[in-house]
Amino acid sequence: MTTPLLDVTDLRVSYPGRGLRARPHEVLHGVSLHVREGETLGLVGESGSGKTTIGRAVLGLAKPSGGRVLFQDQDITHVPPKARRSLARDIQVVFQDPYTSLNPSLTIGDILSEPLVVRGASGSDARTRVRELLDHVGLPANASARLPREFSGGQRQRVAIARALAPKPRLIVCDEPVSALDLSTQTRVLDLFIDIQRRTGVSYLFVSHDLSVIRHISHRVTVLYRGDVVETGPADRITSAPEHAYTQALLLAAPVADPIRQRERRSERLRLASLEPCETKAN
Amino acid sequence: MITYVLRRLGTGLVLAVLVTLITFLLLGTSFDDVAGTLLGSGATPESIQAQKAHMGLDRPVLTQYADWLSHAVRGDLGASYFTAEPVRSAITARLGVTLSVVLAALLFTAVISVALGVLAASRGGAVDRVAQGASLIGFLVPNLLIAIALVYLLAIKLKWLPATGYTPFAEDPGSWATSIAIPVAALMVPGIANLSAQIRGAMIGELRKDYVRTLRTRGVPTRSIVLRHALRNAAGPALTVLSLEFVQMLGGALIIEKVFALPGFGSYAFDASLQGDVPIIMGITLFGVLLVVCVNLAVDLVNGWLNPKARIH
Amino acid sequence: MSSSVKAPEPNTLETPADTGRKSALHTLMRDPQAVISAGILIVIVLLGLLAPLLTEHGPNHSSLDAVNAAPGTEGYLLGGDKSGRDIFARLLNSVNTSVVSALIGASIALAIGVTFGLVGGYFGRRVRGLTEWVFSLIMTFPGLLLLIVLLPVTDGDYRATMMIFGVLLSPGIYRLVRNLVVGVSKELYVDAARVSGLPDRRILSRHVLSVVRGPIVIAAAFLSGSSIAVQSGLAFLGIGSNEVASFGAMIADGFTNLYEEPLQFVWPSLFLGVMTASLVLLGNALRDALEGGRPKASDVVGARSRPAPAAGAANTAATSTASGLLVVEDLTIAYPAPSGELTEVVSGVNLSLEAGETLGLVGESGSGKTQTAFATLGVLPPEATITRGSIRLDGRELLGLAETELRKVRGTSIAYVPQEPMSNLDPSFTVGSQLVEGVRAATTLSRSEARERVLALLQRVGIPDPRRTFDSYPHQISGGMAQRVLIAGAVASRPLLLIADEPTTALDVTVQAEILDLLRDLQKDLNMAVLLVTHNFGVVADSCDRVAVMRQGEIVETGSTEELFSRPSHSYTRMLLDSILDDGAVRTDGPADAVASDSSSAVPDTEAS
Repeated sequence: MTTPLLDVTDLRVSYPGRGLRARPHEVLHGVSLHVREGETLGLVGESGSGKTTIGRAVLGLAKPSGGRVLFQDQDITHVPPKARRSLARDIQVVFQDPYTSLNPSLTIGDILSEPLVVRGASGSDARTRVRELLDHVGLPANASARLPREFSGGQRQRVAIARALAPKPRLIVCDEPVSALDLSTQTRVLDLFIDIQRRTGVSYLFVSHDLSVIRHISHRVTVLYRGDVVETGPADRITSAPEHAYTQALLLAAPVADPIRQRERRSERLRLASLEPCETKAN
Repeated sequence: MITYVLRRLGTGLVLAVLVTLITFLLLGTSFDDVAGTLLGSGATPESIQAQKAHMGLDRPVLTQYADWLSHAVRGDLGASYFTAEPVRSAITARLGVTLSVVLAALLFTAVISVALGVLAASRGGAVDRVAQGASLIGFLVPNLLIAIALVYLLAIKLKWLPATGYTPFAEDPGSWATSIAIPVAALMVPGIANLSAQIRGAMIGELRKDYVRTLRTRGVPTRSIVLRHALRNAAGPALTVLSLEFVQMLGGALIIEKVFALPGFGSYAFDASLQGDVPIIMGITLFGVLLVVCVNLAVDLVNGWLNPKARIH
Repeated sequence: MSSSVKAPEPNTLETPADTGRKSALHTLMRDPQAVISAGILIVIVLLGLLAPLLTEHGPNHSSLDAVNAAPGTEGYLLGGDKSGRDIFARLLNSVNTSVVSALIGASIALAIGVTFGLVGGYFGRRVRGLTEWVFSLIMTFPGLLLLIVLLPVTDGDYRATMMIFGVLLSPGIYRLVRNLVVGVSKELYVDAARVSGLPDRRILSRHVLSVVRGPIVIAAAFLSGSSIAVQSGLAFLGIGSNEVASFGAMIADGFTNLYEEPLQFVWPSLFLGVMTASLVLLGNALRDALEGGRPKASDVVGARSRPAPAAGAANTAATSTASGLLVVEDLTIAYPAPSGELTEVVSGVNLSLEAGETLGLVGESGSGKTQTAFATLGVLPPEATITRGSIRLDGRELLGLAETELRKVRGTSIAYVPQEPMSNLDPSFTVGSQLVEGVRAATTLSRSEARERVLALLQRVGIPDPRRTFDSYPHQISGGMAQRVLIAGAVASRPLLLIADEPTTALDVTVQAEILDLLRDLQKDLNMAVLLVTHNFGVVADSCDRVAVMRQGEIVETGSTEELFSRPSHSYTRMLLDSILDDGAVRTDGPADAVASDSSSAVPDTEAS
């Protein structure tokens, strides 16, 4: 048994309340999870479950109020900005919205080479590397000179993936990276993620609200509900025979693209809902 | 609600103290000139020192300010160095003139800007181009030239209105209105240019929002969508601009009063500043800040009423 | 916002690569307004700089011979003023005064405003609290009053006055920059830059400043204009040294001499007017070039169909065999492209829908499904044109109806459930008052009757405490509740046809299931026809009787739901169905072997270690 790449224990995050005297609002109430080398951990939950906050805490974009985040056995819960910058080599991110995650006034080449140059790569090294990265994510080499607005959503998301790959990270936090994409593009981008993982052995902490996306890419799945972990397990078990009632409700609520099976699923869901009226009516 | 108003008034008072303090500190550098002016051309350095000591101007500036403040709190703003007229009564006597000009200009600015902005945003096409052209002229031509052009046209050429002078309202409301008409118009032009552009932009933004479409699909009449829904949502940012316009107009009124020989506190401030009459300058600064504080508070209260999210509970 | 118009996505990889950063300057060079106003300014400034070479007299040199000298007098190109000074020399020197005023006023305002705007916007709340307080303090100073009050301090030097004026202008710049920076620092690309390990300094200079640059350039033009105007205004009043030539002082002199020598008044007014106007026009041109133009206003009522639809409809009605509650035939919608030509986003769409039936309209983004729905409702954006086709509800042609007629149809026969529940409620009115307004617009009910109907509806759509929700503002209720409210508003007048545009896309999956259940129940109760626009085949399978698949503005396939899922006939439909991540698509390969793959990585490391 090797130690996991990322080990999160009892993580708590609070956001300050609005106004001067408002009490802080805790969005994560002690979440524990881990990601192994080369593995995808799917993080699924509905809005307000805190799934995005976990990713932001790992990235240092949200400040934990309690708990511990270990990366390669090193405590990174509260690292100072300088150390955090060197961590950037190992932990990267792909965000949900491909339209706002790229600076509209920089060319693709600038976006990709900037982190390399900051770390001291020479201009020609950076250019070579950018060409490789573009090739890696299936974009033409001449994309370098263009601005983000010249690309479609799926292509921009490929650029964002290339940016994440640039420093050769060990872990990429993927925050709903395919939710804004069309169905057919979604599948292609997911396949690119899987392909990159097979080639480079990078690990993903993959956040999504969509069980079918999670099922497609994850080895293991953690289900979150209102800031708490509901259950964790292998992807096929969680997404086919979940143990917890909330996961079951979540699974049955997502309509399947088959009219006959969906009819069965609906009556099953209504039967369950009549048994436990308070569980899913929470909203 | 009441605590909110009290708190805002409290911060307003702090602000007034700070502004008057800064003004006083800056004025402190010119006390020598004041004494010199009072003594006339025969002043010697010794007599200036004696005069300063006599007026208490030789004390540390902060002590003098504390002295002024402790009197001001009790409603005593001192008296003019030159005429010995009490400052408070002099200012309140002139405040009516300034306020009638500024508030009339503010009211007309608001009404005309809303009409122009709403029409331009909701009709588009030719109406929009005319309204935008009018607003551009207000931006392009310096206020000074507009005032002169108005005087030249309305008073000198057409002789419809008096060029200068002021008739109190109590004396003859008709003459009062004609006496402030040109000053008000001159003050309004830049305000309307600015505010109508602001309202137009905000209205265009609102009319493109999703809820407008949804209201239309329910059969709600266009007039109600524009005037009840979109205008109300566009009014918040416009009000903020209006409160800034008030500050601008208060300053602009100083120049306008001077040009049109209106006996408001602008021309009073002017003469006082040229002479270095410190008690008058301080009194006017205090009144100016308090006016701005009150208007800002009023704007915030209206804003809270308009925007339920900003409402204070 | 996602229900707003999506322009058809161009095939982006074919566009030329040089539409980059040079384009703003390029647009500017081709904008006559920018070129002319900048040209005028350059000429005027040059005249001022060359004043010592162009004039024979200093601006304050007065000579008895030159009193009110006629223009063209030897050595006095524009004549002399009433004190015998050279008007031409005074004009050119006034230009210099104006330029210096503009430089001092604008640069002080920018230096203070930009610095603190960057600091206050980028760093945390505590820093911002302080800067905010200081600048609102400055803003409360009645500017001109202060300039006048501080006359004893500035001692009549216009440069000192303009410095104070610059400080007074700085809050505007501060707010502008602070708002931009706060906006930018919430952008994901700034987060991405932080994660990339970029230091704050670099993020500020590269990512933040680049966004702020454009608005600053624009503001500089306007600041210069108002500095010049204020300086001449003060000089007009006789504030400041007599030795300094200024348009204001010249105008004041000319004004007293207006009847005898009107030109003495005209020249400085003209110069002053042209200078400030050029600055404002240049500022506007800069804004258009850097910020892509201001929004255009348009008639609220919006798009009208272009051809006389009555004639077209008569034709199609005669030839068509389609019947049903809703019949859409050959519907074509176009938007003007930047070049002015019309680009079709919906081309020749045919649909029909029976009472009590649910038709799914499926497609990816940009397929034109939402445009088709909006056209049916008569709420297309103003730029859109319906170039041909017919939309009939219960046999009545809707295209070409006047807005008042259409409003009656919309209130009573067609209803709409939008995608984004929150943005579709007016934030300033309570939920109840918005619904009551809709009910009263569509019916003749009194206020209290309408209120009763709305409360009953809120109960019907499954809202637990209707009275409380009735009195709530939109921001006080959850997204799921808001969608129920919108559904209540839609079915309030028992419509024949309900158009639901992605009604569950913005909602959580458990809420989505409940909303779909609700829509199905209501449809049965009211025997409504439902046009369900969606991209989600799960939703289609759950709720639709028939499906129409759209791609790039055209319907590629229509059929019963079961048929479509089991035997898709069009290749595009098959491709879409194949893209669905179904239960079967569980990932089968195990975690990648990190160590082995690391060495065989296709991406060599080029970092300096």
